[in-house]
Amino acid sequence: MTRGFPVLLAFVLSIGIGTLAFETDGFRVVTSAGARQLSIERAPQGVPDAQLVDQDGTPFTLADYKGRPVLIDFIYTRCPTICTALGDDFARLRQLMGGTRAHAAIDLLSISFDPTDNRAALRLYGDRFGAKAPRWRIAAAADQRARAALLHSFGVVVIPDGLGGFIHNDAVYVVDAQGRLARILDSDAPDRLLAAAVQVAAP
Amino acid sequence: MNARLLAAATGSWLVLWLPPIRHTLESDMVLHMAVQVPLLIMLGVLVAVVARDREPRWLADADWLGIPGIVAVVLGTSFWMLPRALDQAVSDPWADLIKFLSLPLLVGVPLGLSWRRMPPLGRAFIWANFIPKLGAIGGLYLGAPTRLCAYYRLDQQELAGWTLIAIAVALGMTWFFAAFVGWTPSCAKQSPRRSGGFLIAAVGGN
Repeated sequence: MTRGFPVLLAFVLSIGIGTLAFETDGFRVVTSAGARQLSIERAPQGVPDAQLVDQDGTPFTLADYKGRPVLIDFIYTRCPTICTALGDDFARLRQLMGGTRAHAAIDLLSISFDPTDNRAALRLYGDRFGAKAPRWRIAAAADQRARAALLHSFGVVVIPDGLGGFIHNDAVYVVDAQGRLARILDSDAPDRLLAAAVQVAAP
Repeated sequence: MNARLLAAATGSWLVLWLPPIRHTLESDMVLHMAVQVPLLIMLGVLVAVVARDREPRWLADADWLGIPGIVAVVLGTSFWMLPRALDQAVSDPWADLIKFLSLPLLVGVPLGLSWRRMPPLGRAFIWANFIPKLGAIGGLYLGAPTRLCAYYRLDQQELAGWTLIAIAVALGMTWFFAAFVGWTPSCAKQSPRRSGGFLIAAVGGN
């Protein structure tokens, strides 16, 4: 053993453990979704002013919601699994809402990332869950650039499922009254989701 | 000879970096974790074996019993097993370049240099830690109800879990026979030149 040994060992340990701590946000997260959840919670961020079109053909942007918190999920209408569960969650949320003023102030928005989802498809998906604009819009980005901006800004990753469909994040995104993405919630039991959303969106 | 091996290692590195090959190996979780990552580490081991004679004296002295080196190997491999790190490597070419540099240079080279300095019991300790860890991570992947990587499907994640468990079982069996039956795998033999796998021999041999 030389005097260099403790120096080299301390060097390797500090660099190695420091890098691991950095990558895991202090040993709290191991997934990219978890890291993003944490960073949004710490520092809410603005959302893009991308052009969207809802199931009635009405154009709008996220800026139009300013002053009203909105819960957003990302879907595609042909989706047989996650999106159906997300749709059920939002439908149940709709029922739970309307009680208090805080609940009534929250809007829902389902954004399709599938370029083949036309207005008829959006309307059909909305009808399945009883969604009515403007309180619950089923919308698609107006063009490819708006879609890319939305997915990038919300951190939604869409990959092919190998069967002609897609696999994607199933989180619920809370944009607060100031128009900032303030929280990313795990899609969960609707009552718990609502409680969390009310707390974040309309404190 | 040495120059040729170094050229071969550099050439292999460049081939692995070629976009079609890189994207193919990273398109699947199993190929990424069980093929690309080990290959990058092995390239580093190869470089260490070739350049062993040129290792600076102070490094050889400071790497007492190979401890700092093997710590670098354990921490480096742990880093690239994080789902977040794999996601970043897939989505960001710069993160991928960091992976392509750190796995050979900060994991492979220390492994190639430090392994022969470690006492046999130290090597056994590393194996005895590594094998259950591999199996446990495989079990985590199998048991996770949700996707851990944003860029990989759940079925790929399950297959990756089974692959890690299979590797752990294969390694465990090998070392079981080595320890209890007396059959010695080529990578534990004393003279690396006579054994088949050059790379493995280089890691394991004295």
